[in-house]
Amino acid sequence: MNTRLVGLMRKEVLQIVRDPSAIAIAFVLPVVLLLIFGYGVSLDAKHVPVGVVVDAPTPQTQAFVAGMRESPYFDVREYGGIAAAREAMQERRINGIVWLRGDFSRRALTAGDAPVGVAVNGVDANDARILEGYVQGVWVQWLAREARLRGGRLALPVELQSRIWYNPALRSRDYLVPGLIAVVMTLIGALLTALVVAREWERGTYEALMATPVSMREILLGKVLPYFVLGMGGMALSVAMALWLFHVPLRGSALVLFGSAALFLLAALGMGLLISTAAKSQFVAGLIAIIVTFLPAFILSGFIFDIRSMPEPIQVITHVIAARYFVAILQTVFLAGNVWSVILPNGAALLVMALFFLGIVARLSRKRLD
Amino acid sequence: MLVFEDVTKRFSGAAGPALEGLSLTLEPGGIVGLFGPDGAGKTTLLRLAAGLLRPDAGRVVVLGHDTRREAAAVQGAIGYMPQHFGLYEDLTVQENLDLYADLQSLPHPERPQRYAELLRLTALGPFGARLAGQLSGGMKQKLGLACTLVRPPRLLLLDEPTVGVDPVSRRELWAIIERLVREGGTTVLVSTAYLDEAQHCREVVLLREGRLIGQHRSAVFTAPLAGRVYMVPAGEGERRALQRSLEGAPDVLDALIQAEGVRLVLKEGGAPPVGAQPAAPRFEDAFVALLKPAAAGALPAAPRAVDPPSDGEVIRVQDLGRRFGSFAAVKGVSFAVRRGEVFGLLGANGAGKTTTFRMLCGLLPPSSGSLSVAGVDLRSAPAQARGRIGYVSQKFSLYGNLSVEQNLAFFAAAYGLTGARRKERLSRALCEFELTPYRCVDAADLPLGYKQRLALAGALMHEPDILFLDEPTSGVDPLARREFWQRINAFAAAGVTVLITTHFMEEAEYCDRLVLMSLGEVLAAGTPAQIRARAVRDDLPHPSMEDAFVELIEQHEAGLRSAA
Amino acid sequence: MPARIWALTVKEFLALLRDKVSRMALIVPPILQLVVFGYAASFDLNHVPYAIYNEDSGAAARNFLARFAGTSIFRPVAEVNSDAQAARLLESRDALLVLHLGPHFTRDLLLHRSAPVQVIIDGRNSNTAGIALNYVSAVVQGFNEQWAADHGWDHPPALLKIRAWYNPNLLSRWFIVPGIVGLLTLVVAMVVTSLSVAREREAGTFDQLLVTPYRPLEILIGKALPGLIVGLLEGTGIVLIAVLWFHVPLLGSLAALYLGLIFFLMSAVGVGLMISAAAATQQQGLLGAFLFLVPAVILSGFATPIANMPPAVQYLTYLNPMRYFLVILRGVFLEGDGVSLLWSQYLPLAAIGLLTMATAAWLFRHRLY
Repeated sequence: MNTRLVGLMRKEVLQIVRDPSAIAIAFVLPVVLLLIFGYGVSLDAKHVPVGVVVDAPTPQTQAFVAGMRESPYFDVREYGGIAAAREAMQERRINGIVWLRGDFSRRALTAGDAPVGVAVNGVDANDARILEGYVQGVWVQWLAREARLRGGRLALPVELQSRIWYNPALRSRDYLVPGLIAVVMTLIGALLTALVVAREWERGTYEALMATPVSMREILLGKVLPYFVLGMGGMALSVAMALWLFHVPLRGSALVLFGSAALFLLAALGMGLLISTAAKSQFVAGLIAIIVTFLPAFILSGFIFDIRSMPEPIQVITHVIAARYFVAILQTVFLAGNVWSVILPNGAALLVMALFFLGIVARLSRKRLD
Repeated sequence: MLVFEDVTKRFSGAAGPALEGLSLTLEPGGIVGLFGPDGAGKTTLLRLAAGLLRPDAGRVVVLGHDTRREAAAVQGAIGYMPQHFGLYEDLTVQENLDLYADLQSLPHPERPQRYAELLRLTALGPFGARLAGQLSGGMKQKLGLACTLVRPPRLLLLDEPTVGVDPVSRRELWAIIERLVREGGTTVLVSTAYLDEAQHCREVVLLREGRLIGQHRSAVFTAPLAGRVYMVPAGEGERRALQRSLEGAPDVLDALIQAEGVRLVLKEGGAPPVGAQPAAPRFEDAFVALLKPAAAGALPAAPRAVDPPSDGEVIRVQDLGRRFGSFAAVKGVSFAVRRGEVFGLLGANGAGKTTTFRMLCGLLPPSSGSLSVAGVDLRSAPAQARGRIGYVSQKFSLYGNLSVEQNLAFFAAAYGLTGARRKERLSRALCEFELTPYRCVDAADLPLGYKQRLALAGALMHEPDILFLDEPTSGVDPLARREFWQRINAFAAAGVTVLITTHFMEEAEYCDRLVLMSLGEVLAAGTPAQIRARAVRDDLPHPSMEDAFVELIEQHEAGLRSAA
Repeated sequence: MPARIWALTVKEFLALLRDKVSRMALIVPPILQLVVFGYAASFDLNHVPYAIYNEDSGAAARNFLARFAGTSIFRPVAEVNSDAQAARLLESRDALLVLHLGPHFTRDLLLHRSAPVQVIIDGRNSNTAGIALNYVSAVVQGFNEQWAADHGWDHPPALLKIRAWYNPNLLSRWFIVPGIVGLLTLVVAMVVTSLSVAREREAGTFDQLLVTPYRPLEILIGKALPGLIVGLLEGTGIVLIAVLWFHVPLLGSLAALYLGLIFFLMSAVGVGLMISAAAATQQQGLLGAFLFLVPAVILSGFATPIANMPPAVQYLTYLNPMRYFLVILRGVFLEGDGVSLLWSQYLPLAAIGLLTMATAAWLFRHRLY
């Protein structure tokens, strides 16, 4: 390696060491965010407050309510009348009402409409749907139990047997944490480099650099490599937390994981450098970095919202989000294994994006002031 | 060595070209000075020579390489030190040197010897492990120069290397440059706003508004002035009045306060006043004679009279001290400034002048001692009290991405000017400071000298009673500096109190009284004559202010060093 | 308002809007992002790709599968005839689930015996998997009801009729779009404020400002107003798009909505200015903005309900202005809340705003040098 490049890299490393904020970005940011996410975010509803109204208590209704109480998903609150329950729901004290009408015991086991009135607060549609599923489950269990008590069994024409691969317990953390690593790495990559070129412009150090024999390619490489190493450090830390703190299984190989992380990081750093090079002022660069990094990676990467359910044109747009490819690889490598039919096309896309961003940066950066 | 052939360079957004049809040839060897008023195109010329800009028309050839096609070859052979040399402030002195040695691909075996040479040359040896950001302004410039010189260049381009540098460091910088030429055979092209530095130059290139005025030895420029330069002796108290009266005289082109009296440059065929003694012309006289606009700008109108003049002390500083961690930036400073006085604060870079200023303006709480400005401490006083002061900081600090007019309008409103008065002050500021052509230009894009004018215009908007000026003239051309001092004198005459720091020692002569600071302490206080008298020695019976400055500072620092 | 404070506000606007890039960055992305995110951010599944592994050639199987083909939720991508093929499709994510009908499906049904159907589902995205399973079982139960009625099975209804209040079709867009209104408003407020003081400190203009007769309170107002004004304008635009473009019902009063928007902007601008006033450099300001922004979005209940979080984290969310604003937005949009119902949300926002702004104003002069 030539001495110019080594010198530039050493300079960048020294600056990183002296200004703790770069280290904070690479190491503190992922720890804080992963902790908050890992512990704080869950789509698995538990202890949902649900109001139960029993018009005429009988052993059957008792069994039904007991079924609900046994379920970890509900926090059952009994109300004397349906009016009181409705009021509680309006005031957002409960998320749903299960109303066992007066004719419950008489009609429950006959064909026709079930004598159960269920209402949920539909504002959070996802939450409501999950709640519906749980109530439905309690109902079917109760039917099966009643059938058993009568010496028979609940016979349904088609019985669904579901087998869930990769994440049989449907722990949402297992898929949120790998996706989160992609979001965090997007932030790290862009934040690390978004200001570094603009800062040199503002402080006048660029002019002095440019009048030396150093080439633009060396200047850019000197910027990318140290932050790349730093970013990979952050990545390793994130993976370690995922494995040993959150116990997410790693079924694929670590080599594939870090290989794709390297490609992704190059793309993220390239994007940061592009912002920085195009803006030339730290203020504008910071502004753009806030706007284009976090929310797009959060919403369009498939980390929480499934890309396949988005309308066609939006799916096309998601292709410009590097995090999208990385999320796909991470979820697969962690939960499924080395599935090359997922890894190769997504890895290739990351490579293309990295080359694209770095290429544009190289084109935009000229050793001239005009 | 360096050839400009009919070079034109324009910048988008600017009214005229920065350089127009410029042709220039530099012979190898020696130091060539690049002079001209603000906005003459000095920086553009140097950047073109460094291959950082491309000429729009014509060509630039450096050491046989066309900068358009062979910029890399040019940059391999030259050294270029921009106006604000981009030292990495979070790197140490040694690390900055290492970086540039790497960038210039200086072989490792040669480094120890070269470093030793450079550190000896710049006297930075003891500071190798200090962060560049913690060096004083003069030391930063020396380090910048050292970085540029890591690999001895054949052509060295320096853009105002002595701006904001105290006289001691300035002498040291020039000593370095001259040694370099003498021992290394380097050719140096240096731009500067200090006209006395022409004495170091083999040849002088004079620019105005992007065109070449002349390229000669400095003696050629001064020759036509023989017999037109005089000195009118005057005592310390009367110099300012004398200068103002002479300035208005029809035969007089320029009048300048100096130690012994007032220096005059007469118009062609003008007659000297009675009692004037002939003096030898200097390059500065020629510069003024060549470039002073034919119809000199009308003297600024005297500002409104402030409260009836009295002998009351407006600023009082008692045992003022300020520590930053374990470092004492200001140690027990005391002085008092009377109303209507022009009071100078002199000192080397890092002497604690700016820190003192910041405490006086209420920007920094003192660690010890007491201070009062117009009877109050601005830090705890009600906000209206700040309406009586104007402040120009050392670093240009107006809004870079606002236009000149928007900046002025903002400060007018900030000081509560409204309606007709605001309009009148605005148009007068634009006119007085000759900013009208630049009114729609972003402040960040102004030439350095115009930035200073804008800063001053902003601080004067509300006609303050007390003015704090921290190096208001550094980097400003001599013509603008003359106007600036006319204005300051007019203010002082009207009762405005002015506290000023400067690195131009001839400007110290304008002050009524001054203090000389070194390493956070007051070294000497009194009138300019009293300060000069402190440096009288047998071999130096009539020391200039600069001599006195250098002498006193060196004595003090040597004293401290031996004590330690 | 005194002309002096207005001048400061005008100056802030000029500094923000004179630069073409920052002008664009402030206006275009929020609008673009609302439209894109409004479509993208949804937990509702459409076109779920599934594969069919059918070993039965009977009419009942065809009938059963026709029910899947008949919804827009599912989209058949392949028919396979071995487990290995099915596995490959799941692995490569070409299919989210595989429906496996055994060879005796029709025969079992005709003999009044329960016929098993196996569904194999990719659980990598557990939320998607859970929702898809719900959809599948809804289709299966629909088939069961039909089959039972047509073929005389006597069995109780396994399907409960469930009514959803406020959002009868359970469109998650109705839930998400008001949330995005909050998200984008927050981002805009942070963009305008979080670097504004740090930038002036770096340029030295803040000192120049401090020697003028401005009081810290006036500087604070001058710096906060652009954030409030930009936030209000963009907030209005975003609300209009939500209502006119995405047809999210706006049932409650505009007064309640704007009161919430103003209180929320106060707190967001306060946090932004506090970060900015505490930062020595713009890099630190940017880092601070992200360290606030990301948790604020994640712990707001925007995508994942606060009720699902562990208690310690739930307490943390009380510090988050987004949390209150989302309740206001959803309450006003979907539940028709008025001002009187929302004071419990307004007051914490006002408290956060006042506290952070006071801290920012104090930091203007007292930040250690």
